[in-house]
Amino acid sequence: MKFHRINALLIRHLYLYRRSLPRVMDIFYWPVMELLVWGFLSVWLQNTDFVGEFNMVSVLLGALIFWNFLTQSQKSVSVAFLEDVWERNLLNVFVTPLKPSEFLTSTAILGAVRILLVAIVMGALAALLYSFDVFQFGILIIPFVINLLIFGWTIGVLIIGILLRYGTQAQILAFGLIVLFQPLSAVFYPVSALPSFLQSIALALPSAHVFEGMRAVLQGDFPFTTLGYAFLTNAIYLVFALWFFYMMFSRAKKRGLLLKLE
Amino acid sequence: MRQIIEVKNLRKEFPAKGKDAIAVDGISFGIERGSITGLLGPNGAGKTTTIQMMLDIITPTSGEIRIFGKNMRKNREEILGKVNFSSPYVSMPYNLTVWENLATFARLYGVSDLRGKISGLARQFEIEDLLPKKTSALSTGQMTRLSMVKSLLNDPKLLLLDEPTSSLDPDIADKTRKLLKKIQKERGITILYTSHNMAEIEELCDRIIFLQKGRIVDDGTPKQIIEKYGRKDLNEVFLHIARS
Repeated sequence: MKFHRINALLIRHLYLYRRSLPRVMDIFYWPVMELLVWGFLSVWLQNTDFVGEFNMVSVLLGALIFWNFLTQSQKSVSVAFLEDVWERNLLNVFVTPLKPSEFLTSTAILGAVRILLVAIVMGALAALLYSFDVFQFGILIIPFVINLLIFGWTIGVLIIGILLRYGTQAQILAFGLIVLFQPLSAVFYPVSALPSFLQSIALALPSAHVFEGMRAVLQGDFPFTTLGYAFLTNAIYLVFALWFFYMMFSRAKKRGLLLKLE
Repeated sequence: MRQIIEVKNLRKEFPAKGKDAIAVDGISFGIERGSITGLLGPNGAGKTTTIQMMLDIITPTSGEIRIFGKNMRKNREEILGKVNFSSPYVSMPYNLTVWENLATFARLYGVSDLRGKISGLARQFEIEDLLPKKTSALSTGQMTRLSMVKSLLNDPKLLLLDEPTSSLDPDIADKTRKLLKKIQKERGITILYTSHNMAEIEELCDRIIFLQKGRIVDDGTPKQIIEKYGRKDLNEVFLHIARS
């Protein structure tokens, strides 16, 4: 064994890590996000007296299924755009009469279809393996699911705007940004389980209101205020994401970046 | 309306460190209906930028592009429905079959007889047997022919071709040129063509516009330009202009 050869390869990796956000995220971002989610859940389970009020299987499995609704909705938008970038097809698509609004609408519909498929597959598996009844939420859960669809789509549109601005060096966001919202969305535990400074951030997210609402629906309530906040915050973020997308699309056209994204 | 394209004082500056880079420097020209015009010039002359401004993929800094007598930016949807584009530097989704790709674009253009249109064009460009194959399995030449078929799906009145034969072998390139000429005559399509193959330009184009550093340095028929510079062919004229 020669140390200089081992050293050469290690330094080569160092060069790559210095310039590669995905590699750095592999080391820090994903593990930290997982630690936060499971840490908050563990602390809440340890300290709460309310666990007995919930059917924990319903809370955790339901939350997991709903969380997947959000991620599927987001990915349907940003990955659809990235696929055209990866396959150098973006120019072909945008020299047709297609409008950006039509492109985004198609991704929103795709998101809704993906959510439906996730619901069927995960609902069936959860019923089969854990006797989990996805219909126990009833139709009252539908407005909350719609909010997840909108929020996922909003994050997806925002990511396309960022991709138009920074190019494919930001493509990891299409897979990673949503994870940042998981601990703050109080998916598996109530917002009150978060430290107080994070609670105010959580309450600014539609997803936190959705998951709070989901738990309330499980307890037989229908929290109109929570749903109202979810729609209100969603509307604000949606308007901002669309404004940002159109600004970045216009900027990309001014700078001739549509062809240079890959 | 004789002129299908009218370009007036078109200018494009790209932001660059220090000083903005001028890609197209106030060019004006018109293209007559049913003609084949070659847009020539060395790398960085502004050919591709000009074509992309015509497709509304790049926003001009100033100036105006009118296509079919209408302002491009204000009538984008209507104009792009009657225009198409082909370039070997643009690809298509590899995981779709050739037919699926063509069907997608036919739907984007609202083609009514989708199957008939795809089959007819695939036959003409000899890619009929490739229709069920994955696009990833195509050679570069086959990919170029697929791109040409895509560019004719909507029966365009105006076709913008950016170096369409650059990756084809001489045999396929010759067949493609002949087919293009035939289709252009049959349908009266107006073609704006960029290429670095000067023999091809001499063979195909009724007129050429020479660009250099974003400006038009000459404009005329291939014969007029060769005579004007006193050279034996267009290749020599190109080298003269590019090096001057």
